[in-house]
Amino acid sequence: MTLRMRAILMAGLLLPAATLAEPGSRLWATGGVTTIEGSAGGGLVPWALLSSYASDEEWGGTLSLARAEVSDFTLSVTAAALTWRNRVELSVARQTLDLDDFSFALDDAFGLREDELVQDIFGAKVRMFGDVLYQPWGQWSLGVQHKRNRTFTVPEAIGARSANGTDVYLAGSKLFFAAFLERNVLLNLTLRGSKANQSGLLGFGGDGGNSYRAHVEASAGIFLDRRWLVGAEYRQKSDNLSFANEDDWWDLFVAWVPSRHLAVTAAWVNLGDVATQTDQRGLYLSLQGTF
Amino acid sequence: MTRYLVTLLAIALLMGCQTRATEPADALYQALGERPGIEAIVEDLLFRIVDDDRIAFQFRGIDAQQFIVGLSDQICELSGGPCQYTGKDMVTVHRGMAISDSQFNAVAEHLVLAMERHRVGTGAQNRLLALLVPMYPEIVRQ
Ligand code: HEM
Repeated sequence: MTLRMRAILMAGLLLPAATLAEPGSRLWATGGVTTIEGSAGGGLVPWALLSSYASDEEWGGTLSLARAEVSDFTLSVTAAALTWRNRVELSVARQTLDLDDFSFALDDAFGLREDELVQDIFGAKVRMFGDVLYQPWGQWSLGVQHKRNRTFTVPEAIGARSANGTDVYLAGSKLFFAAFLERNVLLNLTLRGSKANQSGLLGFGGDGGNSYRAHVEASAGIFLDRRWLVGAEYRQKSDNLSFANEDDWWDLFVAWVPSRHLAVTAAWVNLGDVATQTDQRGLYLSLQGTF
Repeated sequence: MTRYLVTLLAIALLMGCQTRATEPADALYQALGERPGIEAIVEDLLFRIVDDDRIAFQFRGIDAQQFIVGLSDQICELSGGPCQYTGKDMVTVHRGMAISDSQFNAVAEHLVLAMERHRVGTGAQNRLLALLVPMYPEIVRQ
């Protein structure tokens, strides 16, 4: 082994160790967790918080895996995010929706042989002002999610207009110390402009509408202690495709943040009707590592 | 469903008010272990601070005894105890230090860890933080 190679190997081993030692100065759980679209937030709703624990002189990142198993579909998400000085968050996510039995229905109705839908999401979020813990008006961020559907044949067949789309959102988050039974309460409100059908997995726009719609999304959580957050989320949706009804989403979640390195989130999600399949409910589980 | 939620919320709010109404004014002071408990926490805090490269340099050369007495007086007074902080105001004390968010977070973290170490419950920790956090704008970037 050459000296150069050895040096590179050493650096490769030491660097993660060094970053593992100090994953940023922000207080525990103030990076939220990773949403299904890759941005920091809850499970379904992006928050004004930026990913990782990078404070104003630091950078940080997260890697995460998530899986939602509802009645007729399984959604898997792999995501990564990088945050610079608690100011800018950049994220990438890949969503894979396993169609399970629904692929037979697709074959019957449209002659399409597709057993999964895949989309990539590139996100950016900027903290405009405030601080979730320290400012009375909380923290406010502006974000975009550019989504590129990689399996557009199915969305196209059911009436979607476009394979790509960009969501824009404004989010506010505020933690209220000792607000309820002496526990800290986290509130989030997000206003999103979007053309997406089922977050984009069924494309963008449709025969029932092809313009941006404003959606209200909200989350509320209570910290049982600094490691456990329980709460609920709600996300409004468009209904652009006439072939099937699209419902608002909601979930009940528990997040466990044993250290700054790890966050585990479990949720019970209700996605309502999805692509003619009614009452899609089930379990969501996500794992996030922070460095 | 909505009515059920509203009822639950109303009950919860009432419960929240009741705990507040029946507790003595110095409940937080008691929960922190009165003056000796507070001083032990502040001492622990200072030990943690000087061990932390992110912030130790800010505290180099300070009068440790004065810091412990001063901060303990302040926390004692804020929590409803029989003390009075007689030091300078927060802006004057922290002027010229250019304290960053990272440094403020580091001190907040050590305070929480010090309280945990001294078995202060989550509720009391949160209530003290609620009283300290409004000082943030007077302390950072001065
Ligand atoms: C909630 C946060 C904070 C509170 C409530 C607080 C409170 C106080 C109080 C009451 C004193 C005066 C003690 C006395 O001499 O009577 C003091 C002194 C001091 N504080 Fe802070 N402080 C906070 C955050 C910080 C931070 C983040 C730093 C720097 C990283 C810092 C650095 C200092 C230093 C160096 C002194 C000693 C000044 C001197 O004796 O010359 N403080 N603080």
